[in-house]
Amino acid sequence: MRINNFEDLKLWQKKCPRKTDYKINVLICMGTSCMSSDSEMIAILLEKTLKTRNVIAEVNVIKTGCFGFCGQGPIIKIEPDDITYVQVKVEDIEEIVDSHIINRTIVERLLYQDPHDTDAIKESSGMNFYRKQMRIALRNCGEINPENIEDYIVNDGYFALSKVLQEYTPEKVIEIIKKAGLRGRGGGGFYTGLKWEMTRRFPGDEKYVICNADEGDPGAFMDRSILEGDPHSILEAMMIAGYAMGAENGLIYIRAEYGIATKRLRIAIDQAKKAGLIGKNIFGTNFNFNIEIKLGAGAFVCGEETALIHSMEGFRGEPTKKPPFPSEAGFRGKPSSVNNVETFANIPAIILKGYEWFSAIGTKGSKGTKVFALAGQIRNNGLVEVPMGTTFREIVYDIGGGHPEGKNIKAIQIGGPSGGVITEEYFDTKIDYDSLISMGAMMGSGGMIIMDEETDMVKVAKFYLEFTQDESCGKCTPCRIGTKRMYEILDRLVKMEGKPEDLDKLKILGENIKNSSLCGLGQTAPNPVLSTMKYFPEEYEAYAYRTKKTTYTIDPKKCIGCTKCARNCPVSCITGTVKEPHYIDESKCIACGACYEACPVDAILKP
Amino acid sequence: MREKILDMSTLDKDLLLKLDDYIEAIEGDKQEHLIHVLHKAQEIFGYLPQNLQLYIARKLDLSGARVNGVVTFYSFFNENPVGKYTISVCMGTACYVKGADKVLQRVLELTGTSKNEISKDGLFTVKDVRCIGACGLAPVMTVNDKVYGKVTPKDVDEIIRHYRSVENADK
Repeated sequence: MRINNFEDLKLWQKKCPRKTDYKINVLICMGTSCMSSDSEMIAILLEKTLKTRNVIAEVNVIKTGCFGFCGQGPIIKIEPDDITYVQVKVEDIEEIVDSHIINRTIVERLLYQDPHDTDAIKESSGMNFYRKQMRIALRNCGEINPENIEDYIVNDGYFALSKVLQEYTPEKVIEIIKKAGLRGRGGGGFYTGLKWEMTRRFPGDEKYVICNADEGDPGAFMDRSILEGDPHSILEAMMIAGYAMGAENGLIYIRAEYGIATKRLRIAIDQAKKAGLIGKNIFGTNFNFNIEIKLGAGAFVCGEETALIHSMEGFRGEPTKKPPFPSEAGFRGKPSSVNNVETFANIPAIILKGYEWFSAIGTKGSKGTKVFALAGQIRNNGLVEVPMGTTFREIVYDIGGGHPEGKNIKAIQIGGPSGGVITEEYFDTKIDYDSLISMGAMMGSGGMIIMDEETDMVKVAKFYLEFTQDESCGKCTPCRIGTKRMYEILDRLVKMEGKPEDLDKLKILGENIKNSSLCGLGQTAPNPVLSTMKYFPEEYEAYAYRTKKTTYTIDPKKCIGCTKCARNCPVSCITGTVKEPHYIDESKCIACGACYEACPVDAILKP
Repeated sequence: MREKILDMSTLDKDLLLKLDDYIEAIEGDKQEHLIHVLHKAQEIFGYLPQNLQLYIARKLDLSGARVNGVVTFYSFFNENPVGKYTISVCMGTACYVKGADKVLQRVLELTGTSKNEISKDGLFTVKDVRCIGACGLAPVMTVNDKVYGKVTPKDVDEIIRHYRSVENADK
C-alpha cells in the first residue's frame, strides 16, 4: 500500500492484521542471542508442526525482536495466555503444540523457575524480571515482527510523524522535546531538544540527521536490540528530527559487526520507501526525507560524534576539536545532529503521549526511562528498561535475581570503559545522570557488569585500560602515550613486579590524561582505574607491596585426604598421604585451578 | 620488493570486474564511500592485500597512503589472508568476567596458531574481538557468522572437531 495523505495511514491501520484476529499468537525471539541458540530452527519446526496438526489457521507465529530475557533464551511467549517458555529446545516444540496449543495445558517444565519463589511463575507479567520494568524505548521489542511494517503500523507506527506534520511547526516539535527533558542516551546526557534547536538555528542549504548506532561499549547491547526489534521506530524518529531541524537527509552509522540489525534496517527502509513514508512529499506534504546506512569498520572511537562524522566521510575515524560542534559544521561541513539509537526510540512515544507524560517519569534532572544491559555474575542476564531513579539494588536483586550462586556482589561496573565502579554502600542510590557523576562513574550507554567477591578489581581495571589504549586513535599525545604507560604500570603490578610508588604515578597520570585529552575517549579512559583505586585501595596495595597471595592453598581443617587434588595437579606440586591433609608447594603452583575444581569438600582456597 | 607487493596485474581479473561493477553503481561522491568499497573488496577477495588497496586508490582517485591509512585504522579490515573459518572469541567485559581468556587459550592450543594468524592447514584464523553484544550468552565465540554461547573450554574441542570433520567430509 502507498500512503499519499494522512487518511491513508488510518485506513491502512484498519486493514492490518492484528493479534486479536487469531485465537493464539506464538511469539518467538529472533534477537542475536536467541538465534545463536537455534531459535530460527525452532520457528521453522513450529510452523511445520502446526501444519501437520492442522491448527495453523488459528495460530499466528510472530518472529519478534529481543524480549530482554537473554540469559534464558531461546524464548517463546504465547498470547493471550501470557505464558513465557524459557530455554526451549527443538525437541520441545511438539509438546508445546500438542499440550499447550491443542489441549490448552501448560507445559510446566519449560516455565521460568524463580529461585526466590517455590512455584514456577505462570504469567509473564507476574515475573519479577518484568514486573518492575517500564518499557518505552523497548515498547515494541519482543511484541512485533520487525520485518513487517504492518506490525509497526498496527501499534500506531508512523502516527507520531503524521501528528507532527499535521499539528506542529518545527519550533513546536523542538519545544516539546525540550519540555519532555529527554537527554542523550549514548553517554554524555546532553539535552536532545537543545541539540536539535542548535542544529536548526545554524544556517545551511543542507542539514543531516545522524543516528549513532556504533554501540561500542563492551557489555552494552540495547541499541542493537532496538534496531533488531523495532527498526521502524528509529526511522520515524529520524524523520521527526529532520522536520524539526529542517533536514532532508538521514544517515545511520552502524557497526559492521551488527549483521542482523543492518539487515533489518535495510528491510525497514525499503518497506518505508515503498509505502511512500520515506522519500518525496511524505503524506502528500512538502516534507522530503531520505535515509541511508553507513557502515562502520570496527573502531570504538567512532562513537565520538566528530570521529563518527569523519568515518562516514571515508576517513580514519579521528576526532577533531570542538567547537565547532557538529550542529554548526558536521557531515560534509553542514549542520548535523548526532543522536543515539535509544534516544531516537523515545521520540515517537513522547510525541504521541505528550511531554507531560514523559517528564512525569524519572527524577528531577533525568526524565523518562533508561535501558540497562545486565551481564556478568548475575542470574538474569539481559536487557531491562526502568524509570530513571530506580536503585541499583532493585535492578540487580529484584529484576536481575542477584548472583547465580548466591555469592556476594562486590561491585557494579557501569558506563563501560568510560565509567567506574559502584560499591555496595551505594546500591541504594537512585540512578540518574547526575548521581552517577557524583559517584565517579557515568551513565555511558547503560552497560552494567555485575562483579562478585572473587573478581580481582586490579585485573578488571587493567582489562579496560587494555581496551582503551588499544582503541586510542593515536591523534593526541595524552591518550596515545598516557594510556599505554598506565597499562604498563598495571601490568607490572599484576605480575607482582610493581612498587608502592606506582600507585601515585597511576593517579597523577590518570588525572593528567583526563584533563588534557582531545576527545571523550581519552578524557574518560582513566576512570575505571581511578574509581577502582578509590573504592578498592587495598587490592592495589596488595599488588604494590607484593603481599598478594597468588597461589592456591589447602585448608588443613577441611581436607579429608582424598588425593583427588594431587592426582589432578598438572605440575605435581601437591603432596600428602591418604586420609591426611595435603599441602601445596607455593613455589611450584601455577594457579591453574585444577585442584579447586577437583576438591569434593571445598578445602582449596583461591588466591 | 615494493614493486612486487604493489603489482596490480597479479589480482584476479574476474573478481576485479565484480568490484568495478560495485564502484560504478555508487551514486554521488565515490571517495566518500571508501569504507563501503573496502567492505565490498574484502567480501570479494577475502582480505585486502596492498596491491588491491592501490587498485582501489587509483579507481577512486585517492592516494595509496590515504587508502592504506583507512585500512589499517579499522580493525575489521585484514591486510593478510584469513583462514576459511574465522574464530572470534569475544573479549568484552561480560565474557571476560566469565572466563573468555580460557576459551581463547584453548582455541589457540587446538588450532596451533597465534592470534590473528592463519593455521597451517589454512582452515582457521583466530581473533579476539570486541564485545559482539551477546552478553547474555557470555562467554561467546563465533565461527564466521555462527554464534556459540556459554562456551566452556571443553565445548571448544567439540566445535573445532566439528569444523575439521566437515572439512574432511568435503575432501
